[in-house]
Amino acid sequence: MKLRLAALLVFVASLLSGCGYNQIQRNDEAVSAAWSEVLNQYKRRADLIPNLVAIVQGYAAHEKEVLTKVTAARASVAGIKATPELIDDPAAFAKFQQAQAELGSALARLLVVAENYPQLKADANFRDLQAQVEGTENRIAVARKRYIEAVQAYNTTVRVFPNNLTAMLFGYKPKANFTVEDEKAIAAPPTIRFDAAPATK
Amino acid sequence: MTRWLTALWLAVLSFLAPAADGFVPIPPLAARVTDLTGTLTREQRDRLENRLAALEREKGAQIAILMLPTTRPETIEQFGIRLAEAWKIGRKGIDDGVIVIVAQDDRAVRIEVGYGLEGVIPDAVAKRIIEEEIVPRFRAGDFFGGLLAASETLAGIVAGEALPAPRRAQDGNLTLGSDLQLFLLFALAALARFARALFGLLGALIAAGLAGLLALLVFGSWLAAFIAALFVLVLSFARGGGSGWSSGGGWSGGHSGGGGFGGGGGGFGGGGASGRW
Repeated sequence: MKLRLAALLVFVASLLSGCGYNQIQRNDEAVSAAWSEVLNQYKRRADLIPNLVAIVQGYAAHEKEVLTKVTAARASVAGIKATPELIDDPAAFAKFQQAQAELGSALARLLVVAENYPQLKADANFRDLQAQVEGTENRIAVARKRYIEAVQAYNTTVRVFPNNLTAMLFGYKPKANFTVEDEKAIAAPPTIRFDAAPATK
Repeated sequence: MTRWLTALWLAVLSFLAPAADGFVPIPPLAARVTDLTGTLTREQRDRLENRLAALEREKGAQIAILMLPTTRPETIEQFGIRLAEAWKIGRKGIDDGVIVIVAQDDRAVRIEVGYGLEGVIPDAVAKRIIEEEIVPRFRAGDFFGGLLAASETLAGIVAGEALPAPRRAQDGNLTLGSDLQLFLLFALAALARFARALFGLLGALIAAGLAGLLALLVFGSWLAAFIAALFVLVLSFARGGGSGWSSGGGWSGGHSGGGGFGGGGGGFGGGGASGRW
């Protein structure tokens, strides 16, 4: 008899944990962590730019337009405060993404232009920097992919019944994700191919 | 019977796993050197394998090599991170894994570096290994030479790094996650038998329903729910427990045992470099 009662109690207890509060907490934390990683990698890219610009300037000073674009894009990225709260504000999030995307394409163009300067290409420092930029772009792609997955998991948790009631009660809203355009960009990362014609768009 | 059901469940799991969608499937991880192109001879494979195994014995860090025809439609970077997430090379928490991927028909090579080794093998170093050790040899058609040189260099770099000592017992192979699902299923089956003993057929049915509900929540698929429920129900009537564990125990992270090499749960974040020849 006692066994039967215990079994019933365990069963009821397992039902109680079904309101989803813990799940929301876990997924919310996962989204924050994924977002921090995205910011971290964006910062890493921004930090590489001054050195890269300096070294390209040394060999190709008259490529003013491309160089200015990169510097301007970096400045506009730095102008947006990259806070964890960004993901709860869709408008600011979109602006932030826009700025980062511009920086990404300006940077890709700079590296394509650099291909026209054999001496620059032969510079060991430039090659190392180039490898770092490529690696960072890839890390950004990975961080974004993981963020997208984390937000999907979170948004699903918040929207399904009965978690939506819990979420409403505690004020958890679906979070902003990268738009379709961004996902297209992820599907085709700006690979820097130097043997082919610059396919920038 | 139990063994057969486990196999069925595994088949369902792999069926439900993402990817597919025309992407190159992730090959099972059975050895440090996986050659799907048939380029390396047996002796060459063994030599690479032994070199990498020696490194793991010494330092605990894991290096794996995969040669495959192509990664298309994905880029080698996209395939690489998918592979790294599936193989989990390197120790859990230390993340000291490296994967060298060669996509022969794409003429592309990539060194995927785990989080824990990004300090000693920064992208620039990985790029230099590709440009200086691998690409010249690959251009000459010497795949083994390129891979051996890269392995030596990578192992040399890693050997110079202060890493936590390797664990003597090889017990780091069981990875959580996929095993958890299996464990849960067996736990539910055990529960079902318990419930059947207590409440009779009704108890077993309730437990089976619970398993189905769980599978539905985890996988979001009615098919999975149905199969899980059926599995638990059948198991609750099965006689002689325990045998299920022996077939389930060796299975870790989605790869069959075989040579006994498995990823330790290392994490990757897209570090490393790629090159073409």
